[in-house]
Amino acid sequence: MPISFDPNPATIAGREDMHEIALNVMRPISRKYDDLEHEMPWEYVNTMWDRTLGKTGKADAGPGDGMVTVCVQTEELCWGDAGLYLRTPSPLLGGSAVAAAGTPAQRERFLAPFRQGRPKWGAMAITEPQAGSDAAAIQTTAVFDEKTNEWVLNGTKIFCTAGQGALDYEGGIVVVWATVDKSAGRAGIKSFVVPAGTPGIKVVGLEKKLGIRASDTATLVLENCRVPADNLLGKAEVKKQDPAQAGDKGFKGAMATFDASRPIVAAMAVGVGRAALDFVKEELERQGIVIRYDAPPREQTAIERDVIDMEAELQAARLLTWRAAKMLDRGQRNNLEASMAKAKAGLAVTKITQKAVELLGPLGYSKKLLVEKWMRDAKINDIYEGTQQINQLIVARRILDYSSSVLR
Amino acid sequence: MIDFQPTDEQQLVIDTVRQFAQNEIRPLARECEEAGKLPEKVLSAAHELGLVANALPESVGGGGERSAITGALVAEELAWGDLAIALAILSPGLTALPIAEWGDEAQKAGLKRFVGSGFVPGSLAIVEPRFDSDPFRPATRARRDGDGWVLDGSKCFVPWLDGGAETLVVADAEGTPQVFVVPRDAAGLRAERERNMGISALPTAELQLSGVRVPEGARLGGAKGVDLRRLVAQGRVALAAMAVGVARAAFEVARDYAKERQVFGVPVATKQAIAFKLADMAIEIDGARLLTWEAAWKLDRGEDATREALLARRQAARVALEVADGAVQVLGGHGYIRDYLPELHLRNARGFACFEAMALV
Repeated sequence: MPISFDPNPATIAGREDMHEIALNVMRPISRKYDDLEHEMPWEYVNTMWDRTLGKTGKADAGPGDGMVTVCVQTEELCWGDAGLYLRTPSPLLGGSAVAAAGTPAQRERFLAPFRQGRPKWGAMAITEPQAGSDAAAIQTTAVFDEKTNEWVLNGTKIFCTAGQGALDYEGGIVVVWATVDKSAGRAGIKSFVVPAGTPGIKVVGLEKKLGIRASDTATLVLENCRVPADNLLGKAEVKKQDPAQAGDKGFKGAMATFDASRPIVAAMAVGVGRAALDFVKEELERQGIVIRYDAPPREQTAIERDVIDMEAELQAARLLTWRAAKMLDRGQRNNLEASMAKAKAGLAVTKITQKAVELLGPLGYSKKLLVEKWMRDAKINDIYEGTQQINQLIVARRILDYSSSVLR
Repeated sequence: MIDFQPTDEQQLVIDTVRQFAQNEIRPLARECEEAGKLPEKVLSAAHELGLVANALPESVGGGGERSAITGALVAEELAWGDLAIALAILSPGLTALPIAEWGDEAQKAGLKRFVGSGFVPGSLAIVEPRFDSDPFRPATRARRDGDGWVLDGSKCFVPWLDGGAETLVVADAEGTPQVFVVPRDAAGLRAERERNMGISALPTAELQLSGVRVPEGARLGGAKGVDLRRLVAQGRVALAAMAVGVARAAFEVARDYAKERQVFGVPVATKQAIAFKLADMAIEIDGARLLTWEAAWKLDRGEDATREALLARRQAARVALEVADGAVQVLGGHGYIRDYLPELHLRNARGFACFEAMALV
């Protein structure tokens, strides 16, 4: 296929579906659930469950554009409300992990329930009080009990998006990262699927956040939490060489999750940024100010310059996102491009939404409108799924051809 | 379907031009800049590649394969080699492409010489030497006079290579901006070579037009005229692509230097302050390139690309400047020395905010 910016008909249809939900279901309850914080937004949850039951974005998209379509739809929903989006009843990041590192049988076992019955959620638990992007510092342990053929998990996880939803409702899953051998560093990190209802795992708190307040960001404690041997994603064996060279499937498989999830997070960012930018342009139009794209620089107003720069930044972020997604659709390695998209989108929309508040003045700052909320919601995209700096580090290693031991 | 992969044919073009830029252009970039002279042999060799001729209609012997995307791919690679030489190589298009697109039969007949055996330069006068220069509202006027037109005004940044016969001039024709074909030796036309901060190897002229008389047939496209919005967008896409090329060149010099240069016993690239700067450069370059491709794609679909071309040009110009400045910084004192290329990249990159339609796709 040649270079083209023309979405598939299926992608357009998917976008229109999601836009309708964003506009008519999410926007009207946006402020309500930001204020309520942590309440389950059943209006949205039930709508999404009814609309998407029995199908996934990928199945809908037609050949070759599945991930692009997911990104386009994600942008649309986050244009509606990024906090509510994170309450979407779906496997979410837990699903990405299972899809990236699981066997076909595991995929069927853990993901099939998401196509039937009542709404359910998936989550991924990586971060710990002392281990964020430095996943090798994970303290949560997994010990194999040969007598029962089970893994026994112990530890504390924080910042687990949708962690409460995943554990409170039957059929949900949390993918927990734990070490099977602390002396092995990264190579000892494995991921385990913990289904809802498993004894020994519980939510002990929910974070109060700057934004995305509708989303449940859970603290989980695992105390002798037992899961069957077959809930391990990837292989149990630990290769003690440098995993960057040795091709350790376990850690690499887990990290591969990010190659799929970072474009989605970038698309989320773009959605929030577009919400703010669209609103700024509409508000300006109500004031009779239309952005001129053919005015000479001397005649451009400061607002026109700002808006044009915001548009360029947002579109650059969007195109980098689509490129990373398209590479996945092609089966190409997109580790570099996924981090580029995430780094760009997270920072771009942080700035775009902050500028939107500035441009709109009192309208921007007031809670009567949603602009201030979008600014608060946007910032998380520069932090989670690898901070701006972690993604810069990944990009830097790739363009310089340095391993993680050379560029630390 | 959304896709970011050039066709096999386009990839072949990219590979060919990249090799040409590396082997023929880059080695002469510094020498030509210092001497203020173009490498004639390189222009002839580039002409043999048919980069402009391929885009001209088959009816005049061209390849009939004009594509703004392909044009942008070519422009980036050439500008990676050197901006001034790239602009010179693409200069035939400044005259030939608008004539091919909007010219009447008589005007098109003259296109044959651009596909002939030797390099024939072209020229387009659009920018005016004033701080409020506006391509859509030129201060240069064309006034009807009997069976012809009389042009008055001034232009700058006009590519003015040896051997050119005429230049296209954008002028306000009684309320509408239009394009006129003006012989270089027309009475009342005075050209003076400019000296600019960068692109020194490229001869550019400041033009004074004082009562320059041209016949009715000099108006490009006759009564139908020219779609100036499209012409300007074509220029902005070309410049955006070239800005990406300059940025990529500066980035690569900085990257390679940072991997070589030792500080405190390790390459300076292993320091995050430098590594992250390089990462940001790479991200911004790719983002600007994709914006450029999108604008080019719109042009190829025959749609109004004014907005997309503006976004691409602005973004790419900003990125080129920041990356070139960053490259000078990464090289430190060496970045300031003319033995290295980043200082030239910085001077060239600043131009993208000031240029207009100095190349076309």
